[in-house]
Amino acid sequence: MTVAARPQPDTLPGELLMWVLILSELLVFGAGFAVLLGLRLTDPPGFAAAQVRLDQPVAAANTALLITSGWLAARGLAAARSGAAARCRISLLAAALLGCGFLILKAHDYAALADQGIGMESHPFFTFFFLLTGFHAAHVAAGILLLIGVAWSAQPAGVEVATAFWHMVDLIWVLLLPVVYLL
Amino acid sequence: MKYQSQKIALAYFAVALALFAVQVTLGLVLGWIYVSPNFLSEVLPFNIGRMLHTNSLIVWLLLGFFGAAYYLVPEESEREIHSPKLALLQLAIFVIGTAGVVVTYLFNLFDGNFLMGNGGREFLEQPLWVKVGIVVAALIFLYNISMTVLAGKKTAITNILLLGLWGLALLFLFAFYNPSNLGLDKMYWWYVVHLWVEGTWELVMASILAFLMLKLTGVDREVIEKWLYVIVATALFSGILGTGHHYYWIGTPGYWQWIGSIFSSLEVVPFFGMMAFAFVMVWKGRRDHPNKAALLWSLGCATLAFFGAGVWGFLHTLHGVNYYTHGTQITAAHGHLAFYGAYVCLNLAIISYAMPHLRGRDPYNQVLNMAAFWLMSAGVVFMTFTLTFAGTVQTHLQRVNGEAYMDVQDQLWLFYAMRFGSGVAVVLGAVLFIYAMAFPRREVIEPGYNQPAE
Repeated sequence: MTVAARPQPDTLPGELLMWVLILSELLVFGAGFAVLLGLRLTDPPGFAAAQVRLDQPVAAANTALLITSGWLAARGLAAARSGAAARCRISLLAAALLGCGFLILKAHDYAALADQGIGMESHPFFTFFFLLTGFHAAHVAAGILLLIGVAWSAQPAGVEVATAFWHMVDLIWVLLLPVVYLL
Repeated sequence: MKYQSQKIALAYFAVALALFAVQVTLGLVLGWIYVSPNFLSEVLPFNIGRMLHTNSLIVWLLLGFFGAAYYLVPEESEREIHSPKLALLQLAIFVIGTAGVVVTYLFNLFDGNFLMGNGGREFLEQPLWVKVGIVVAALIFLYNISMTVLAGKKTAITNILLLGLWGLALLFLFAFYNPSNLGLDKMYWWYVVHLWVEGTWELVMASILAFLMLKLTGVDREVIEKWLYVIVATALFSGILGTGHHYYWIGTPGYWQWIGSIFSSLEVVPFFGMMAFAFVMVWKGRRDHPNKAALLWSLGCATLAFFGAGVWGFLHTLHGVNYYTHGTQITAAHGHLAFYGAYVCLNLAIISYAMPHLRGRDPYNQVLNMAAFWLMSAGVVFMTFTLTFAGTVQTHLQRVNGEAYMDVQDQLWLFYAMRFGSGVAVVLGAVLFIYAMAFPRREVIEPGYNQPAE
């Protein structure tokens, strides 16, 4: 961690506290993935049997939604930097809209599992499935609010902080997908 | 001392140190009861002594925090305290409440009475009327400090301090809610106990430490504030859901075992941050501040808090480990070093820093104060080791081999005897500290070496 008194051009871009948050989140999700993979070693057939109950096409669609949304958010930041406020707002709101789409599909996912009578305590796999995807979905919801919030003023500094958060949400999903849905 | 109302802190520190003396004396008595279990069993049963030991600790630490706030807020906000009279009224309420608690516990007065009797919940045993008094006093305090800060200059240090103190007071309200379901009772109980020491108190600690670093090292405020924000962010990130490490075995759903294990493992980060912060500031600082004792206590605080709260906490925070160690002497080891490092040293650091200003003298008799630091710290560290070894043996005999509790206690005698010895060192250190603060008048360090503190 740097203690440089003033930000120089080649120091940390964006907001220091956002980077602290991103690192902390990656640590928490990383620990969650590691424990899930570790527990799987104790009961490979049980975990495999639990995993087939998940809806992988929905997860694939959600991946496409989030990655597209991340691209739109990045476009929004570029627009904010070049002073094109209207273009920035459209991109950020579109990114937020795709985030809402992600949450709708996620809710559908949970409802389908609930219909099968599956809950957090059904199997250790599902404990982690709901913990990890639930925490992630909560971050998607927070990210949507952040994107809408910074779209309001369309200032580059604020947009940078929100898009950094949004890319983290994106990154965690891309790591979560293989560990939870595919492996 | 730039502002007259800072003088309020002197009264708070005096009462705090008096209670500190009570706390460690009772600690010594309890330590002896572990060695010789029938000691004072009629006059001062163990459970009463333990209540007084923990309650007096909490009250004196809180009084120290209040004193610290009354000392540093005028300097940071650059104005007098809103109402010194209210501050003294607040202290009077605390003193009356504390006296009431001691008398109620000692003689078990009004047993079973909802208003006057012992509340019966560990650490929150205070009779209801005292709890109400605590809330009234806290409201007075928050009003007084907030009015001062709102009218004056706002700094990161006062913002974080206020955030911590407001949070502390609001969370205490959960002490009034006591559901009859024992699992729920414990769940809310931890909102007070855990979210105090591993949440709001950490904010208070970080801000007081930042104030001390600002004054003692002369590093730019800008740099100190950046550290402060990062430490506070990591403390809240890990500490709030870290509450889960108390929800392993109280009847809450199983997923808390994982939430608690993962988040509470990260609780070591803010404590590491505070230790790194203190040392980096001292290395970078250009100021050769004459109050070496305050600096020693500050560095000792950050270091021992990292080991006591961070390392010793992590030792038994994973639920797979805690399944075996829960409620053994491992917990006692962690509790002692964590409270000493994080909050006792912090209070003694700000008292060491403020006293010379409050009493209108240059830093004096630092040798005694610094000797007190080493004696007390060595005592607590040795105590931590003896209890850790006792806890390890206890975990194995009792939880792995399945021997009966009291049979195991018999076999731990040697560790308890050594712990008593370390307790003697702590009490002597505390006496030395109080003497060094209260009595010597003439011994001033050599002239020319002094620079006025800002």
